[in-house]
Amino acid sequence: MRAILAVLLENEAGALSRVVGLFAQRNYNIETLTVAPTEDHTLSRLTLTTSGDQDRITQIIKHLDRLVEVVSVINLCAEEHVERELLLVKVRAVGDARQEVKRSADVFRGQIVDVTSDTYTVQLVGPSQKLDAFISAIGDNGEEATILEVVRSGVSGMGRGNRVLSA
Amino acid sequence: MTEMLSGGDMLIRSLQDEGVEYIFGYPGGSALHIYDAIFRQQKIEHILVRHEQAATHMADGYARSIGKPGVVLVTSGPGATNAITGIATAYMDSIPMVVIAGQVPRDLIGTDAFQETDMVGISRPVVKHSFMVRDASEIPGIVKKAFHIATTGRPGPVVIDVPKDTTDPAETFEYNYPDSVNLRSYRPAYEGDMGQVKAAVAAILEAKRPVFYVGGGVIQADAKDSLRALVRAVGAPVASTLMGLGAYPGTDELSLGMLGMHGTYEANMAMDDTDLVIALGARFDDRVTNNPDKFSPKAKIIHMDIDPASIDKIVDSHIALVGDAQWVIEAIWAEYQSQVKARSVQQSESQAQYLADWWQQLNGWRKDHGLNHGLKPEQGKAILPQLAVQTLYRVTKGEAFVSSDVGQHQMFAAQYYHFDEPRRWINSGGLGTMGFGLPAAMGVQMGSPQAVVACVTGEGSFMMNMQELSTCLQYGLPIKIINLNNQALGMVKQWQDMQYGGRHSQSSYSDSLPDFKTLVEAFGHVGVKVSDATELDAAMEWAFSEENKKRLVFVDVWVDPHEHVYPMAIKGGAMRDMILSKTQTSGSSS
Repeated sequence: MRAILAVLLENEAGALSRVVGLFAQRNYNIETLTVAPTEDHTLSRLTLTTSGDQDRITQIIKHLDRLVEVVSVINLCAEEHVERELLLVKVRAVGDARQEVKRSADVFRGQIVDVTSDTYTVQLVGPSQKLDAFISAIGDNGEEATILEVVRSGVSGMGRGNRVLSA
Repeated sequence: MTEMLSGGDMLIRSLQDEGVEYIFGYPGGSALHIYDAIFRQQKIEHILVRHEQAATHMADGYARSIGKPGVVLVTSGPGATNAITGIATAYMDSIPMVVIAGQVPRDLIGTDAFQETDMVGISRPVVKHSFMVRDASEIPGIVKKAFHIATTGRPGPVVIDVPKDTTDPAETFEYNYPDSVNLRSYRPAYEGDMGQVKAAVAAILEAKRPVFYVGGGVIQADAKDSLRALVRAVGAPVASTLMGLGAYPGTDELSLGMLGMHGTYEANMAMDDTDLVIALGARFDDRVTNNPDKFSPKAKIIHMDIDPASIDKIVDSHIALVGDAQWVIEAIWAEYQSQVKARSVQQSESQAQYLADWWQQLNGWRKDHGLNHGLKPEQGKAILPQLAVQTLYRVTKGEAFVSSDVGQHQMFAAQYYHFDEPRRWINSGGLGTMGFGLPAAMGVQMGSPQAVVACVTGEGSFMMNMQELSTCLQYGLPIKIINLNNQALGMVKQWQDMQYGGRHSQSSYSDSLPDFKTLVEAFGHVGVKVSDATELDAAMEWAFSEENKKRLVFVDVWVDPHEHVYPMAIKGGAMRDMILSKTQTSGSSS
């Protein structure tokens, strides 16, 4: 089972290392991790994806909550939520594939943010599966289109409706 | 008028304002401004150890025995790393401790400076929390927070890493010690949920074969009186964890003694057969449950703990109660009183009958395979280690503080010394730290100068921190060390006997042991060697006699090297699956 954990954390030196250390120490895995200060600069918001059965996810949440610097933590997947991830992909595209890559980017509502005579850099935002699908679609264009570099931001998310994660 | 103090002086002043009596520590370069601040004051006594590990165990023993946080001061680098074992020991047993470590000056951090180590990083997995002082003005606030975090909720060690330049005497700051702490991210539960309390009481009143499973959390919360009132009202048996011994009196008829890997037959059988486990301040450690899938198969489980992360970690509970043990147990007791009143005569009578049947079963188990507390010395025979503990118990009238190390002697002490009061049994339960016993006993003696303090150890464990004999002389600590000398690493050897075909790989050093009597005499103490069972009584009486009231005495008891600790859980089995002696097993495999 996949979980997206949203964590509000004191914006203090060393706080992030405690979160990461906890995962290593208790043999939990981190699939993606993204963190930045919030509108309140004393707080950072961290979004982390992991997986495991319900018991394991519950333990992870409890142990996160036990860290002194963690203010609050929820599993976004437990209810309706919005999740987004940013992808930048640099593709070498020549010949017929040049049109094909551009078309795929349009279909996925990606934007071409940089271009050279033989490459495109495409930016795409969406749920992680959409990003996976785009990467595999580009890869299907034969030898004329090759993925040179991929960077993904990791998942960020929020609960739908009135649900708010606050201190 | 506000006082102007340097960082070093503010640190020591904050400790004074926190009510600290003792600092256990060892100086070094990065800590010297702090040591100078100690020199220039009278309120706090500094105890100079011989190794930083011992400082942490002393602070730990002090904390366990009197319930106040222990304070440690070490220098950077090796001073800090030497403290790690003791910090981890305190962490595993949830002992309140504040460890102050010197650090290299701020501008040298990260440069691989002399005696630099990343103390916050290296201690991170074994502390409840840690702080690095980034500015001297933060010191009073950090000390206040450190003590608050160490002592509230589930207690634990807190590290404060102090760069040398933040303690510089040349710079002074306005000193104000905060009155209170407000941490939005740290608000441990205190009160339990009343709905769950009601459900727990209803379950207790429905149960036919209930058992209390009591752990160290009850001791930490100073909840013994509430526990005793509740247990006596319910009339159910009490099985205690290694850490919970003394919360309920060991000599009381409702006590089944210790449960778990080396628990009593009756306690483990009760856990297996019960229909209601009432777990109070215990965490279902693997040394208790054996195979969690086979744990208490017929039982409903009530689990009370202050740490929500302990609930459902190993064994799923039916009724979970998060809160302070004292608060929750008292609430259960009060609710029990009111629900009992509402019951019909018939209900009460059938409840009494169920309990009577349960006790008949429990007493039968106790009679069949209970521990033999009436061992007698036999002439010409090797001394049984159990007899040594029993003799200690008799001579000290069961009233001593007993610290132990780790291994066979620890289990024999837990089995044969009945603790009637909490905080008397001082041992490293979670981490299992050899070398803990002597320094822990020293911390106990510092906290309770008039008390009788015994350290039951083995020669292997003792040699891990025996340098502290020198500290004992310096501070006049009249500890009685009872060394169960089997000339080997007894528990390792026992496992090798049982699981490795008797191949004693690296567990013996019998031809190279020191003469402990001469050794302790060289350190300025007295000792006696006993190898004949008939001399044991006299040696023990002498050790605790008026003549030795102010001296450290080392009783080197040469025990039967072939003795094993029984019962012993059969790996992977249920709690009823035990090896009872070299020839006997119980449970499904018998």
